[in-house]
Amino acid sequence: MNAPVLTREQREAKLEGMGCKRKRVEDIRFTQGKGNYVDDLKLPGMLFGDFVRSPYAHARVKKIDGSKAEKVPGVLAVITAETLKTVNLAWMPTLAGDVQMVLADGKVLFQNQEVAFVVAVDRYAAADGVEAVEVEYEDLPALIDPFKALAPDAPLLREDLKDKMTGAHGPRKHHNHIFEWSMGDKDLTDAAFAKAEVTTKDIISYHRTHPTPLETCQCVASFDKIKGELTVWGTFQAPHVIRTVASLLSKIPEHKIHVIAPDIGGGFGNKVGAYPGYICAIVASIVTGKPVKWVEDRIENLTATSFARDYHMTTEIAATRDGKVTGLRVHVLADHGGFDACADPSKWPAGFFNIVTGSYDFPVAHLVVDGIYTNKAPGGVAYRCSFRVTEAAYCIERAMDIMAQKLGMDPAEFRLKNFIKREQFPYHSALGWEYDSGDYHTAMNKAMEAINYKGLRAEQAAKREAFKRGETREIMGIGVTFFTEIVGAGPSRNCDILGVAMFDSCEIRVHPTGAAIARMGTKSQGQGHETTYAQIIATEIGIAADNIMVEEGNTDTAPYGLGTYGSRSTPVAGAAIAMAARKIKAKAQMIAAYMLEVHEDDLEWDIDGFRVKGLPEKSKSMTEIAWAAYNKPPPGLEPGLEAVSYYDPPNMTYPFGAYFCAMDIDVDTGVYKVRRFYALDDCGTRINPMIIEGQVHGGLTEAFAIAMGQEIRYDEMGNVLTGSFMDFFVPTAVETPNWETDFTVTPSPHHPIGAKGVGESPNVGGVPCFSNAVNDAFSFLGTKHIQMPHDYWRNWVVAEGLGLHK
Amino acid sequence: MIPGPFSYHRPKSISEATGLLADLGEQSRVLAGGQSLIPMMKLRLAAPEHLIDIGAIAELKGVQRKGSTLVIGATTTQHELQQSKVATDAAPILLEASLLIADPQVRYVGTLGGNVANGDPGNDMPAVMMCLDATYRLTGSGGSRSVKARDFYQGTYVTALKPGEIVTAIEMPVPPAGHGWAYEKLKRKIGDYATAAAGAVLTVSRGKVATCTIALSNLSDTAVLATDAAKAVIGTALEKPAVEAAMKAARAVMSPASDTRGTSDYRIHVGGIMVERALKKAFSRAKG
Amino acid sequence: MAKAHVKMTVNGKEVESLVEPRTLLIHYLREHLNLTGPHIGCDTTHCGACTIDMDGKSVKSCTVFTVQAEGASITTIEGMANPDGSLHALQEGFRIMHGLQCGFCTPGMIMRAHRLLQEIPNPSEDQIRFGIAGNLCRCTGYQNIVKAIQYAAAKLRGETFAEAAE
Repeated sequence: MNAPVLTREQREAKLEGMGCKRKRVEDIRFTQGKGNYVDDLKLPGMLFGDFVRSPYAHARVKKIDGSKAEKVPGVLAVITAETLKTVNLAWMPTLAGDVQMVLADGKVLFQNQEVAFVVAVDRYAAADGVEAVEVEYEDLPALIDPFKALAPDAPLLREDLKDKMTGAHGPRKHHNHIFEWSMGDKDLTDAAFAKAEVTTKDIISYHRTHPTPLETCQCVASFDKIKGELTVWGTFQAPHVIRTVASLLSKIPEHKIHVIAPDIGGGFGNKVGAYPGYICAIVASIVTGKPVKWVEDRIENLTATSFARDYHMTTEIAATRDGKVTGLRVHVLADHGGFDACADPSKWPAGFFNIVTGSYDFPVAHLVVDGIYTNKAPGGVAYRCSFRVTEAAYCIERAMDIMAQKLGMDPAEFRLKNFIKREQFPYHSALGWEYDSGDYHTAMNKAMEAINYKGLRAEQAAKREAFKRGETREIMGIGVTFFTEIVGAGPSRNCDILGVAMFDSCEIRVHPTGAAIARMGTKSQGQGHETTYAQIIATEIGIAADNIMVEEGNTDTAPYGLGTYGSRSTPVAGAAIAMAARKIKAKAQMIAAYMLEVHEDDLEWDIDGFRVKGLPEKSKSMTEIAWAAYNKPPPGLEPGLEAVSYYDPPNMTYPFGAYFCAMDIDVDTGVYKVRRFYALDDCGTRINPMIIEGQVHGGLTEAFAIAMGQEIRYDEMGNVLTGSFMDFFVPTAVETPNWETDFTVTPSPHHPIGAKGVGESPNVGGVPCFSNAVNDAFSFLGTKHIQMPHDYWRNWVVAEGLGLHK
Repeated sequence: MIPGPFSYHRPKSISEATGLLADLGEQSRVLAGGQSLIPMMKLRLAAPEHLIDIGAIAELKGVQRKGSTLVIGATTTQHELQQSKVATDAAPILLEASLLIADPQVRYVGTLGGNVANGDPGNDMPAVMMCLDATYRLTGSGGSRSVKARDFYQGTYVTALKPGEIVTAIEMPVPPAGHGWAYEKLKRKIGDYATAAAGAVLTVSRGKVATCTIALSNLSDTAVLATDAAKAVIGTALEKPAVEAAMKAARAVMSPASDTRGTSDYRIHVGGIMVERALKKAFSRAKG
Repeated sequence: MAKAHVKMTVNGKEVESLVEPRTLLIHYLREHLNLTGPHIGCDTTHCGACTIDMDGKSVKSCTVFTVQAEGASITTIEGMANPDGSLHALQEGFRIMHGLQCGFCTPGMIMRAHRLLQEIPNPSEDQIRFGIAGNLCRCTGYQNIVKAIQYAAAKLRGETFAEAAE
């Protein structure tokens, strides 16, 4: 019986390649509770470690007495900095070139800092042990306000650096100063401001928040004394980097360290860094000879591992009276907490903040970032962000609105007037980037039409009049944002992490029956790599996505890669996949030519195999070619069909988007209602539209939370006030608005499949859009810039300040 | 987050429970739904040596109407209360307020008795009980006594409940047919305690407020009955000056702390607005 | 502390154990019974990742002591698939409508939705949003979760939910 002849469309559909809304393969296990997360792991004899943490933000640690804890049933050991010193691990290097205490060494620098590690037979005994450890502290004055950090009489936080006036990024100008980083041309910029017709200057703050994936950070470390091998299962967004760092720190040879990142319950940047919990679990396993598990609770997660943002940006724009921008000057005070543990590429102490010129054609710009220490948790991670791009986008998008208001121009019109034009790409920005591609005007015009921008403005004008007449207590705001991202770190000439270049990798093996496995250096935390990577391969080499298994996270089997963060998986690993697939395709073409007895050049690719040009009935499918590759390869060609690609991108990619928000605010209660939110994203070639839209929904929800209330807030003593989900705003389905998504497609010219990455765009673009909506709502009453977050209370405070409650 | 160790007791009757309480003394705590106590124990803010789980005592469950009195067993869950037509027909404010507590899962397990007994000013039911002039039945090994909700609360986590006593039932007079009711709660999100909340129960005669009670949640160290505010609207049709007088009087008895929900002045301001909204909604629902 | 004897039915099977009274139900399920579908996300009764069905109620198993479940009948995500092994309408709906990303909240979300649909077989969007407000998701923004539940509700009623995943 002959198989039915499929049409081209049917053959293409069968592949489920790029562009199709393929359902996720991951979901089969996740929907049945069969995911494999770190805390699901149970090993024979496994112990559990838990931290004693500091109640003080700044204190000297006078004495740690673990003797009572060691008597608690089930407790095996209490590890302190003194224990760690015997293996030279009391301090660890950070990704940013600083050092960080693993356990308190003489003092503590933030509330909930790790002070001692209690190892016990299970988590119940460990918790009992933690309670029984006695620590004597001497309280020291806490430095919380970043604007006071560099005062001459500010308390000295880092005694270990007291005499080191040069840090990883150059000279330090104060005992609480970390680095100064500058970009752009100061003189030209100053000159532009000197002759500017209109200027604005505002402190635009992006408050401290936290990525807070639903699964916290956790690991299991197991050291095999006989073999001298260490295995670590952990919530690692970048498993290979963890392996290399673990080897450098522990002196265990890298081939004897096995790092495994199983399923990860969300990352959002939280799981890039190395935390004291990992080090302590490893040391505890080496000391006890047993596997040791460490699992953060939510309070620990929010208060100790990896905050995000905390940038205070003094922003100046120069412009002509008719609305052309002529210069940008930004000074950032960057609050890094007690240690500089930013997860940026090592040469970039402020990440890619120099994308701060945004989507606009600034002829000149100058940027200075001062990093400082305070008594807050370390981190500074890229929370769904490509290294300080969210801060930059917020800065420029707020500042553009402020200038538009000063000029009396509509903010959308002001943006349209200053966009980089399509014909200017590739565009060299005043702060040093080469934007690969863009078509901003088309995207903006499409978005304005879709949301009926003119109609919304007319409605707002009518509502403002009604408000003035006292007919309503609601004011309406329209948020306008046009962001440009920079993702896909990165070209190794620019980007490395502790010297490890930021390429990424893919290995594809096609099996004899035409099924395949692809192994990757990245690590999904929910992005659906197992689904989308297979789609790229399907389109490239004609194997149905269902016949391709994608594997990540095991450093023994995966090729070396730098992991998943900064929207780099598609731009870098996605390119590696295409390049590896193309190597396979090239070999397949040689095999097909041999099978069909024609010259290679006489073949052409046709969906799922090669056919002879002009003779379409003469063809070989990839399945047939794969069998031949192993069993009947052409003479002189080695058998097999596999390839590895390490891809070092020539440039970053520059996704962009136009976002609009319509919001109403009740001035009496401060309660806001998001009426509409529209997001147009251009991420270049779209691999799986369903997953893209899902990413946009999720990122917008995070942006909504951040802009409207999600913050890590401290009191003046350094106590965290928002340390659990009671106070740290994570919206439920009830608070979360409905999202409208849209797109344009401007492929990246240098990426093998034209894709740019999308995961972070909605967070980057969403936050300024919400904030601009709130600012826009109040602006007709005379406000200029209202700081985030815009929770009910703070909206009310603005209204109160405007005298609206009299 | 792991609770400390304790011994567990699961009595089958009220007398067995009160007997255990008497025997085990101050280091014992009563566990009803546990939706407040267990989180406190996980944070080790509570570390009782003995937990007396009253969840298996059948006589503590259920809703009954006895003539013009509604009697609700203390371990009736919020969810069961919402499902009880007897309760929600008699006093619809119970349903309105109950649905604003925490989230669905917590309401399946959290009990009315727990909500009123633990003395947390953030709980919603104490103010509702004050509006309805409910009485709590308190039972100890020596017998039972009744205390009005309006007299029960003395401070944050401090109530008229004596050591050895359990709240066993909540009784309330069924409000008159045609009464108006409302519970207005401003919160940051589902699952949060009130930034400010107010309940109102009133009757209307010939277009004017005849009787009225107003009570406030999370605006002081206990739930508060806003007596003067209620007085300000009696005899009025909620004209603007009357409502403003009520808001002013209510605000005068508010003294919330500043917290992450907002400063004290904000919470007092919106507390007044909750009173206004509750009054207007209750008035619109009343017949007469 | 003396251990307590507990006996309950989990996913149709009777189980018996000796546990410390303070053992939280989530730890009993995950560590004693190896049912690792329910997760711990917040520790403070806010996120709902640990949600299970207990005697016809949606319960956050991180806020219940195992001893309180004495005699109870419990269903976890592991007990949701149809007897023939095929996916339950909710499990299918979450996949078809892209109602999950990292998958960590999914077991709790599905268990909560399961009870919601028992009580309201044809819920409105608002009823769904209110009904799942005890479950936090950090990835999806809820929009497709709502659709997943609508899909399952339609299927369980013998109807089809036409709308594609957004």
